[in-house]
Amino acid sequence: MKMAVCLKQVPARDAVLRLNSDSTWVREDDVSFEINEPDIYALEEALRLKEKQGGEVVVCTLGPERAAQALKEALAKGADRAMHLHDPAFQNLDAYATARALAAAIRQAAPDLVLTGLQADDDGFAQTGVILAEMLSWDHSTIIMEIQAQERALKVKRELEGGWFQWIEIPLPAVLTIQSGINKPRYATLKGILAAKTKPLQRLGWKELGLDEESLKPHQKITKVFTPPKSGKVEWLEGTPREVAQRLADKLKNEARVI
Amino acid sequence: MTILPLTTLTDEERLFQAAAREFAEKEIRPHVSAMDRDGIFRRDLIAKFFEQGFMGIEIPEAYGGSGGSFFMAITAVEEFSRVDASAGVVIDVQNTLVANALLRWGNEVQKRAFLPRLARDTVGAYALSEAGSGSDAFALQTQSREDGNDYVLNGRKLWITNAQEAGLFIIFATIDRSLGYKGITAFLVDRATPGFTVGKKEDKLGIRASSTCELILDGCRVPRDNILGEIGKGYKVAIETLNEGRIGIAAQMTGLATGALEQALRYAKERKQFGEPIAEFQAIQFQLARLATDVEAARLMTYNAARLKDAGKPFLKEAAMAKYFCSQVAERVASECVEVFGGYGFTKDYPAEKYLRDAKIGKIYEGTSFMQLQTIAKFLLGSS
Ligand SMILES: Cc1cc2nc3c(=O)[nH]c(=O)nc-3n(C[C@H](O)[C@H](O)[C@H](O)COP(=O)(O)OP(=O)(O)OC[C@H]3O[C@@H](n4cnc5c(N)ncnc54)[C@H](O)[C@@H]3O)c2cc1C
Repeated sequence: MKMAVCLKQVPARDAVLRLNSDSTWVREDDVSFEINEPDIYALEEALRLKEKQGGEVVVCTLGPERAAQALKEALAKGADRAMHLHDPAFQNLDAYATARALAAAIRQAAPDLVLTGLQADDDGFAQTGVILAEMLSWDHSTIIMEIQAQERALKVKRELEGGWFQWIEIPLPAVLTIQSGINKPRYATLKGILAAKTKPLQRLGWKELGLDEESLKPHQKITKVFTPPKSGKVEWLEGTPREVAQRLADKLKNEARVI
Repeated sequence: MTILPLTTLTDEERLFQAAAREFAEKEIRPHVSAMDRDGIFRRDLIAKFFEQGFMGIEIPEAYGGSGGSFFMAITAVEEFSRVDASAGVVIDVQNTLVANALLRWGNEVQKRAFLPRLARDTVGAYALSEAGSGSDAFALQTQSREDGNDYVLNGRKLWITNAQEAGLFIIFATIDRSLGYKGITAFLVDRATPGFTVGKKEDKLGIRASSTCELILDGCRVPRDNILGEIGKGYKVAIETLNEGRIGIAAQMTGLATGALEQALRYAKERKQFGEPIAEFQAIQFQLARLATDVEAARLMTYNAARLKDAGKPFLKEAAMAKYFCSQVAERVASECVEVFGGYGFTKDYPAEKYLRDAKIGKIYEGTSFMQLQTIAKFLLGSS
């Protein structure tokens, strides 16, 4: 099976984030970047499918120069080749335009299956994979926790709310968005890192992808990014210890959503 | 020629550093405190070191290794030691001493026999020191007597790192004590050899998880083919290997200092006294700033020595300086890290005290600080 994995480079989890001058995004020059977490799981899933039944894994990212690092890491882990969508015209794309550019690349690679992460840890839209599927007119399924490959189809397990799961069958070609925790991602080995040097890393601009400027127009614009204001809210719960404990647990679970 | 800053890493080095760090955080960190308490290095962890290629970093792919550089071995030692200096020394001895000695001095038959094992599943150990010969290493007493096609070894080795886990030992013995250093010969000894036993394991102040044992050689028969390098040239094998090994210890100490500093930084931001985090006090800020400067200098010296070695340039003085300096930095940073933690730093419930205990070894093994100074002084004064 030929697979493509779309991955994104996002600010590292432990990065200290500062807003840029017009408060529309974080200042990128002083943060370090890493592969978006769910995308690492998506890559691992593709590598495992390949190990089980053969095929090819193509990794694909849209991003500035630095994003090539993410592709090299994926190649080091075992992907076969990489596509880097990199062009001045690709700055500040929204999920729609990003998916449009990715779709053009995916058509060139012509895989049977596309895996993306469920969402990006930076903007958290959870849109790119789904829009990509629509643009390709392929079936898709989201929040995937297990994949069983069959002849020209897949059985996949979706995570629902409240600890529920769902098994569905989906024909190929398809797009799946992968949930973190589906597997245990491998570490890149030194052998893999050195072997990655000779694997193809293709750089594609909007022209090579056959896109026009019109199609990259954003449908969405970030107007303001801010840190959540701290609010001191105090609520007294009254009743028997049992009632209070129950209501507290309920509030922590459903209002504060911390447990 | 463009000259790059010393801390510039190639893509491959950066990826390897990140992989080593992630591996250390996820696989080693959870076991550090139990391994320190029990004085045992987990076998399953060592198996993972092999699986991920950390035990054969410089061994060429043709012999089953990863085909990396000396600098990469140094990077892995640094990253492991940032989390646990014991883990750091396990891979340090394997890569910078044992594999290195075989690559440099082994003949083709020996390389084919031993390098794939070292890369795949066999821990190596390097046995030079004895009870009566440490700094004066070539006063060693372990004897090797020629007997037909074999050599028969008798004697005892002390302080041998990795001995508990090792399957292959490089053992230095003398063919004739009256020859002095010119009698010293290096032997490749399999653990299963009759007459070879691993003796008592030391109960130590620091790097407690890393095993340090006595070796007992009692009529231990080793085939002539297992002589590493030439007969009587073991001193060269020892000196040249240790020259490189010192950069490994410098890396271990740099990693340890980095780890200790990170703990101190985190704690200083969390701990509140007089109504604010102690990191708000200038005294603490300056203390942390001084330590960070020390760590930076330690890293630059380590990297420079390693880069010189990879470039095939002379590095002996720089290696001795790096080990001497980095072991001081590690001890200072770890000690002040304990102070930043206050009373908590003095207890085993917090990570600070272990860094201090672990740091102490840096000034002792692979040549004490005085021995490093002696080497440096020889270069300065031109005597030898
Ligand atoms: C945890 C641990 C692991 C080790 N691992 C190994 C290993 O894997 N393989 C191995 O072969 N060895 C190993 N060693 C041994 C180590 O290399 C020696 O302990 C070290 O070389 C010092 O020797 P010594 O202990 O005999 O001290 P000594 O040589 O007796 O030194 C005692 C003191 O005298 C000083 N001194 C000695 N000579 C001079 C001089 N000429 N001028 C000034 N000062 C001097 C020293 O600097 C030191 O301060 C290990 C030791 C330890 C503790």
